[in-house]
Amino acid sequence: MNPASNEKIDQIFDAIYKEAEKRRNEFREDPGPKIHIGLATCGIASGALETKKAFEEALDEYNIEARIHTVGCLGHCYAEPVVVIDHPDSGFPPIFYHEVNAGKAKMLAKLFLKEGDPRFEHVYGAMEENDLIPSVMEFARFNREKRVVMEKCGHIDPEDIYDYIAQGGYSSLVKTLKLNSDEIIKEVQNSGLRGRGGAGFPTGRKWELAKSAGEQEKIVICNADEGDPGAYMDRTILESNPHQVIEGMAICAYAVGAKKAIIYVRAEYPLAVDIVTKAIRQAIELGLLGKSVLGSSFDLEIDVFRGSGAFVCGEETALIRSIEGYRGMPRHRPPYPVQKGLWNKPTVINNVKTLASVPPILDHGADWYREIGTENTPGTAIFSVVGNVVHAGLVEIPMGVSLRTLIFDICGGIPNNKKFKAVQIGGPSGGCLNEEFLDTPIDFDSLTEAGAMMGSGGMVVMDEDTCMVEVSRYFLDFTQNESCGKCTFCRIGTYHLLKILERLTRGEGEDGDIELLETLSKDIKAGSLCGLGKTAPNPVLTSIKYFRDEYEAHIYEKRCPALMCRPMIAFYFDLDLCARGCDACATCCPVEAVFTTSNRKKGVDQELCVKCGECIVVCPPEYDAVRKVSPPHLVPYIEKPPEKKKED
Amino acid sequence: MPKFLVDNKEIKAKQGTTLLKVCLDNQIYIPNLCYLEGIDPPSVSCRMCFVEIEGERQPVTSCTVFVKDDMVVKTDTPAVRQLQRTALRLLLSVHHVDCKNCQANKKCELQRMAKFLKVGLKPKGLGIYLREVEIDRSHPFLDYYPNRCVLCGKCVHVCREKNGQSALTFSKRGFDTVISFYGVRDLPTPECENCNVCIDICPVGALALKETQKEAVPNLQGEEDPNIA
Repeated sequence: MNPASNEKIDQIFDAIYKEAEKRRNEFREDPGPKIHIGLATCGIASGALETKKAFEEALDEYNIEARIHTVGCLGHCYAEPVVVIDHPDSGFPPIFYHEVNAGKAKMLAKLFLKEGDPRFEHVYGAMEENDLIPSVMEFARFNREKRVVMEKCGHIDPEDIYDYIAQGGYSSLVKTLKLNSDEIIKEVQNSGLRGRGGAGFPTGRKWELAKSAGEQEKIVICNADEGDPGAYMDRTILESNPHQVIEGMAICAYAVGAKKAIIYVRAEYPLAVDIVTKAIRQAIELGLLGKSVLGSSFDLEIDVFRGSGAFVCGEETALIRSIEGYRGMPRHRPPYPVQKGLWNKPTVINNVKTLASVPPILDHGADWYREIGTENTPGTAIFSVVGNVVHAGLVEIPMGVSLRTLIFDICGGIPNNKKFKAVQIGGPSGGCLNEEFLDTPIDFDSLTEAGAMMGSGGMVVMDEDTCMVEVSRYFLDFTQNESCGKCTFCRIGTYHLLKILERLTRGEGEDGDIELLETLSKDIKAGSLCGLGKTAPNPVLTSIKYFRDEYEAHIYEKRCPALMCRPMIAFYFDLDLCARGCDACATCCPVEAVFTTSNRKKGVDQELCVKCGECIVVCPPEYDAVRKVSPPHLVPYIEKPPEKKKED
Repeated sequence: MPKFLVDNKEIKAKQGTTLLKVCLDNQIYIPNLCYLEGIDPPSVSCRMCFVEIEGERQPVTSCTVFVKDDMVVKTDTPAVRQLQRTALRLLLSVHHVDCKNCQANKKCELQRMAKFLKVGLKPKGLGIYLREVEIDRSHPFLDYYPNRCVLCGKCVHVCREKNGQSALTFSKRGFDTVISFYGVRDLPTPECENCNVCIDICPVGALALKETQKEAVPNLQGEEDPNIA
């Protein structure tokens, strides 16, 4: 690049940055209160739109001059809808409020915004250090995280490109345009960044392979076809900070010499599709994409392609087929997409998180990035921690943190005084690890060694009430449904695994089933065509390895130790605890299986009971009289249920 | 011209040929279902043609390997046979074994492989699962037997090669995956009446001319396609 064009790039970007700064200052210097509402899918699902509407109405009603700033997701799903209120006149720092429903919003508008009382009982914490309110940074859920990819998520308006630019956005792209592609690739290689889609392939090397394909046309694809049950990292990033991903794509395209890029995002993420599409349009308007980016000789066109709901299309060769208009079925590799990808052109396919890691790397330098995380896996990992865990949500931590720290310290452990049982990492391709592995550091190699895998970041925490056979069945049901049906092992093999597991959970297991599961699993792993089949048996193999006793109990004792598999359990009421005259269970039972005994307590007609567990939910906690047993014949005899009257 | 060893036999072959083709040309049988010269990229879907190659950690599919000088290939190792037998048993576990009423009897690839691998046609230990639809009669001239089909995909390929556009496609997912005639009635000229390439290529007799072909239905009013829900 010659200095003259560098100057031109700076000039054009300076003008954009000045505008962004002006807008930011205007917003900051506005003396009125600001209400930041998280409006990503998770917030909306918890009612954030109603919260926003309630604020708007209350501002009108009480005649308050305040600005509503819609932001993305902070990652604190357990606390949604999340609202941060910055009310400088009140003398309080910006305050984080959790679970703000419409009623709470109205109350806060009146009492805090109008009258200056922050309602301490509803405060979660302050967003900055101060003398009045404890800061959220004192909580492990906030201070143990290290945010690189999600740094700006939840702080900026994803639909306003200036918000991103004012916070330093697109400066890495400016830097990139002034370097040559080898320098960029070198920097990414030095950072040690590994693909965050699951396999952990070194990103710099992938880029170099694509670049070395020569002068021909190349393509960059951002893989946002996130499909693991319980995983939503990519969605949240796209909904909360789409420009960081776009910037990463632009840098990648520049480095490998591509002029075309595609974001492959699931159609089931309508909000993400909208936000990304809008973001691309804004970037084009400002000259950050399109012909002659920022006045340089680099052109880039980014399209959004909506995947239509096949999990297997997250596999790169299937993804390519699907963009080409064919049925999404994987093909044999090699040739790898970097050699022969979309429309037979060299194609770099990177995950959302990988691409979003690139701008901070170029901004702060490879050495800075290397200092985060471990030797072999520098950087951060983003997990969506869900299941039986107190502070569920998105967590970004440095690689190498132990599972124990993540689950117990950062995410608050297991709710309801239950015991930890297992953690499922890596979605349907990953494995279930038991408590022995709690001290395993989280990185690609350690997790693979333990039999799980990093995957793209789904993490399901399970407590003692979870049946591991049922969990395996659930995941196999998923993979079997999502198998493209192309290769024998995946199509038929996983079906057999599923059928055997279904038998086990019904109490129809036979001697030899565990061994059959194991041999079939091994062959499916070795014989399948693509990653989906090769990893599909992992939940079965790991759960057999670490929870074999549960499989044995299902087969030999027809007993479900976690009291979860319905055909193997029975309900009854502990007559010492059951309250005479209480009818809570009887009124909610959907099949009228609860009857009143001769001394006016309750019994269960085992022939009618469908084991839905509603009675446990409604039994008042002071009685807590409902009991489950497995196998069902252990249920104590109470008395004969009354003859049901025949309906006329 | 690369020179290499297959089962201790020295073989020479042209650069750029796949190992599977070379072996078959040299009378070394490797079980296979989906391989067909000219399919690019190869389907590699039947997962039968495994071999062991010195230097590779585990068995590889021979239809995706190009011959190289000094390769040492073994087609008959315990690991190879284990995978092939499991794959065949899986295929047979969803196959309606009714050879005497099947047009492919005696020339069926499944029979050949079962004999070669010493696997019974009704394998023990695995449940038998058949699809609900026994015969798909939605095509005006053809009948399709889902419970015979091994989904090798050769019919889809040859039809496209001959007619430019395939009258057959894959549909559904997982265990339910089948070959479907979806959209066949929208094709400009369904050449199917006098073509038969798909029937001829099918290794297991899953496609057949309609029994009632003599009374043909030229107005293309076949039955409803069961794959369109």
